[in-house]
Amino acid sequence: MLEITSIEKGIVIDHIPAGYGIKLFHLLKLEKADYTVALINNAFSKKRGKKDIIKINNTIEFDVEFLGLINADITVNIIDGGKIIKKLRLTVPERVVNIIHCKNPRCVTSVESKIDHVFHLVDPVKRSYRCEYCDDIIIPY
Amino acid sequence: MLKGKSLIDPSDFSKEEFREIFDLAHEIAKDPLKYKKSCEDKILATLFFEPSTRTRFSFEAAMLRLGGQVIGFSEPNSSSVAKGESIADTIRTVENYADLAVIRHPKEGAPRVAVQSVKFPVINAGDGGHLHPTQTLTDILTIEMLKGSVENKVYGFCGDLKFGRTVHSLIKFLSNYDGVRFILVSPEELTIPEYVREEITRKNVPFIEVDKLREHLKEMDFLYMTRVQKERFFNEEDYIRLKDSFILDAEKMKHAGPETYILHPLPRVNEISIDVDDDPRAQYFNQARNGMYVRMALILKLLGIK
Repeated sequence: MLEITSIEKGIVIDHIPAGYGIKLFHLLKLEKADYTVALINNAFSKKRGKKDIIKINNTIEFDVEFLGLINADITVNIIDGGKIIKKLRLTVPERVVNIIHCKNPRCVTSVESKIDHVFHLVDPVKRSYRCEYCDDIIIPY
Repeated sequence: MLKGKSLIDPSDFSKEEFREIFDLAHEIAKDPLKYKKSCEDKILATLFFEPSTRTRFSFEAAMLRLGGQVIGFSEPNSSSVAKGESIADTIRTVENYADLAVIRHPKEGAPRVAVQSVKFPVINAGDGGHLHPTQTLTDILTIEMLKGSVENKVYGFCGDLKFGRTVHSLIKFLSNYDGVRFILVSPEELTIPEYVREEITRKNVPFIEVDKLREHLKEMDFLYMTRVQKERFFNEEDYIRLKDSFILDAEKMKHAGPETYILHPLPRVNEISIDVDDDPRAQYFNQARNGMYVRMALILKLLGIK
């Protein structure tokens, strides 16, 4: 059994769908961290069989909104004194800005550099989003 | 109240606001000369980042017939855009000189960027394969003139439904009205994009997608023809195989109802055979004239003059 020590003060991102941990790790730019971070792939999950977990031994600030884009089942646990002091539940965001980018090569976002990339939720079950500019519908993750 | 608003997408205005525009357009059509001094001290900027003949002429004629002035460019190489200026900067500069602007751009969503950058009214005159809401105004005015109202009708759309911006705009507009049904005729490669399908599904508008025109013609109150463009096909074989299925000719018109009117945003290439032109059900050349009247109405409403 692989053992990852518990953290004293920091953040645990749990219930990440298996395979998405590495993506999230990079989105949070944790490869550049100078504190202890752990990425656990394929941990046992009662619900899904497998899940990924990220443990961050530091209190960092990040926008939890985009975690909801990946999966609303992801939980963010804030740890202090070795205990969970806060559990953040995620929702699928209605509107996301500058987190995902339009893939339509005909979209104005491909040429106009100083504009926000804005998407609006179309279907919370499919987690599909519509580009504010060209209306292209994408499923981000 | 439409004063100061912009028209980028058919969903930007309420049904009541569209009604105001069409009511005024019908009035203008009856007596255009009555409005010849309405915009005497106003300037319209036409920013055509993509070539256009009829839409630009239609807007310019509309403004000139209202007594206003027009400034602008008709191709980006003659403007600062050629030097790499952003859309936002171009429109901000133009706002200092004009009272409203019309923009056509090859990139989808470019008019939305323009609106976000300024406070004066901006009109989308076509953005890539996305939308063309003032063509929709033209189409609706024509439909109302022919059949009184847009409700409780069957609308056929034929040709390139994937990249046809006039098709997307008209479907989005019509899907807000009761009793509307769509028959979408296209090759599999050119069916409506996902966002149009999502919208009509969400609004519970009945529609069918077919790849043969003839057998459905009789049910249609209107048939909106568009051009199947060769460059959209991945190979020549598919294009040759499919192109004739989407040509309307006098023989096919025999299968249409006595009041199945034919509309087309123009320009036409070969998708409507010239032997259809003299058929009283062919209405595409009347659309162009109506386009000028409805653009006159739109300009007057956005400037708050009427």
